[in-house]
Amino acid sequence: MTARTLYDKLWDAHLVEQFDDGAALIYIDRHIAHEVTTPQAFEGLKLAGRGLWRRAATVAVSDHNVPTRDIHHISDPVAKVQLETLARNCREHRITHFDIGDVRQGIVHVTGPEQGWSLPGMTIVCGDSHTATNGALGALAFGIGTSEVEHVMATQTLVLRKAKNMLIEVSGTLRPGVSAKDLILAIIGRIGTAGATGHTMEYAGEAISRLSMEERMTVCNMSIEAGGRAGLVAVDDKTIAYVEGRPGAPKGEEWTQAVAAWRELHSDPGAHFDTVVRLDASEIEPQVTWGTSPEMVLPISGRVPDPAAETDEVRRTGIAGALKYMGLTPGTPLAEIPIDKVFIGSCTNSRIEDLRAAAAVVKGKRLAANVTLAMVVPGSGLVKRQAEAEGLDRVFLDAGFEWREPGCSMCLGMNPDQLLPGERCASTSNRNFEGRQGHGGRTHLVSPAMAAAAGIAGHFVDVQKV
Amino acid sequence: MEAFTRLTGLVAPIDRPNVDTDAIIPKQFLKSIKRSGFGPNLFDEWRYLDKGEPDKANEGRPLNPDFILNQPRYQGAQILLARDNFGCGSSREHAPWAIYDYGFRAVIAPSFADIFYGNSAKNGLLLVTLSAEIVERLFNDTRATPGYALTIDLGAQTVTTPAGEIFQFDYAAGLKHRMLNGLDDIGMTLQKADAIRAYEAKRKQSAPWLFAET
Repeated sequence: MTARTLYDKLWDAHLVEQFDDGAALIYIDRHIAHEVTTPQAFEGLKLAGRGLWRRAATVAVSDHNVPTRDIHHISDPVAKVQLETLARNCREHRITHFDIGDVRQGIVHVTGPEQGWSLPGMTIVCGDSHTATNGALGALAFGIGTSEVEHVMATQTLVLRKAKNMLIEVSGTLRPGVSAKDLILAIIGRIGTAGATGHTMEYAGEAISRLSMEERMTVCNMSIEAGGRAGLVAVDDKTIAYVEGRPGAPKGEEWTQAVAAWRELHSDPGAHFDTVVRLDASEIEPQVTWGTSPEMVLPISGRVPDPAAETDEVRRTGIAGALKYMGLTPGTPLAEIPIDKVFIGSCTNSRIEDLRAAAAVVKGKRLAANVTLAMVVPGSGLVKRQAEAEGLDRVFLDAGFEWREPGCSMCLGMNPDQLLPGERCASTSNRNFEGRQGHGGRTHLVSPAMAAAAGIAGHFVDVQKV
Repeated sequence: MEAFTRLTGLVAPIDRPNVDTDAIIPKQFLKSIKRSGFGPNLFDEWRYLDKGEPDKANEGRPLNPDFILNQPRYQGAQILLARDNFGCGSSREHAPWAIYDYGFRAVIAPSFADIFYGNSAKNGLLLVTLSAEIVERLFNDTRATPGYALTIDLGAQTVTTPAGEIFQFDYAAGLKHRMLNGLDDIGMTLQKADAIRAYEAKRKQSAPWLFAET
């Protein structure tokens, strides 16, 4: 048998029918719904008189619009209607739904793995581009649009074209203070935001093997910021240990059977990759984005780039436009950029290990006087409960940070957590697009430890030296 | 969905790479539970000088005079000319909904983000990929020629300039069939219901845990 990549194996196992034009009908094991990208899909089903193909395959959680201060007070009537619409649709179709107030509620990509909704070997979709997070479990997980959400609910399949195989091989070990977030930002900086377009990315190598499951989720999460619709990590002992005992994990005889199947979820030696990128983890420094695209990123020791030094005209205009929006001057050391706010959270960096890393930096210190708000938003109610059991909430509160309720929050500011025009934020989220965190807001993407350190110093700082 | 066959339309250029879906339709408008009505808020942050809100009337809002789509010569444009990696970022289908609702029927660029590409095809918005060199020429010609219009023929997979120059583009056969006929994807897939059931029956034997109750 020919050597296959992990992606090839997952694709083959879900192939219902191959079409002549290169597209294929692919079976979807799990669909996770949230309130923003599903109402039109449920409405479409109703208008066409269609039901759900397999009810138990779909599960739901409210996250994007959820308030993080007083969870029972939704000030925005439009957001309230959207949240209520998800709850109503789930009731009508008898879909399991973790609503506001349920301790299991959280950001969809935190809740999925946490609950065992996401399992190795599955195809997992959600109307959200950061669904790739679940690929850390050795599952083929990717974001879809609302028409595809409707298609999955009605048919349990999608019509897809197979992507190319891309291998990101990371040798060596990350240095202390350098995190999975820095690794994925460095990868995006290397290949660009369209570097993996048309590809499924598999992350492999010594550095990836050494990562914890949560760190692998951070890496896979931002595959889309490199243009890749899905990111994967092969199953190993860590994967199996992570899944065991979760509410949705198989039990008894089925567990043994499942583990045997999951052990095959790795690329075969000699499997063909269309594109290969190699990095040495030990060379990576803590990263900070300086522009309005995640590829606009540099090590903390760097300086704001000068558009005049760029020869390509489209790129030069892009850099100049980004610096204007960001209010930055070429040549400024990144470590001298002062910040106004800190956001620790999002589906990229809101899990317990992220909060521990940030708390370790914050412990016994105080927020800098120029920082007007620093907020910590746990990824789920269960993460919040765990953090409180470890006393992390006290560490943050004592330092002047706010300790909030779980949700997507200021990653995209659909709820009231938003930047004001001109405000500069050290953020552990995934996108630094114009206006992403609030109209006119300026986002710098960093790791949880770097965000915490910036909050204490009042400007970016190399956390390796803190 | 509306079928797309052939279109001759005014071209509007948006000259920046990596135009993301947050720029195409900012998040506050994603709170809508409808599919329509996003056109007035397409490119909201670039198009207006104030901040748009879903429950705010758009008539009378201050327009940004520097934004290209606000220029009188591009009013009524049906073809958007763009740069690399157009539509990157989130999976929101509100992005093609907004572009379509505004009045565009096609976007021409050297490359598109994957999810945006799929979402557009499902809503009758034709995405045409041409080489960076050709796109560069089209940018120059569009700027130099008020009223510059292109003809896109999906059947022939061609873009024709006013001077009669013809550029071929690639388009997958299955997608093309759906676009040309305005077909409903779900209806077509449900014709494969037996194959889906057969797959499920087999899979239940080999991986029963995938069919657990939730």
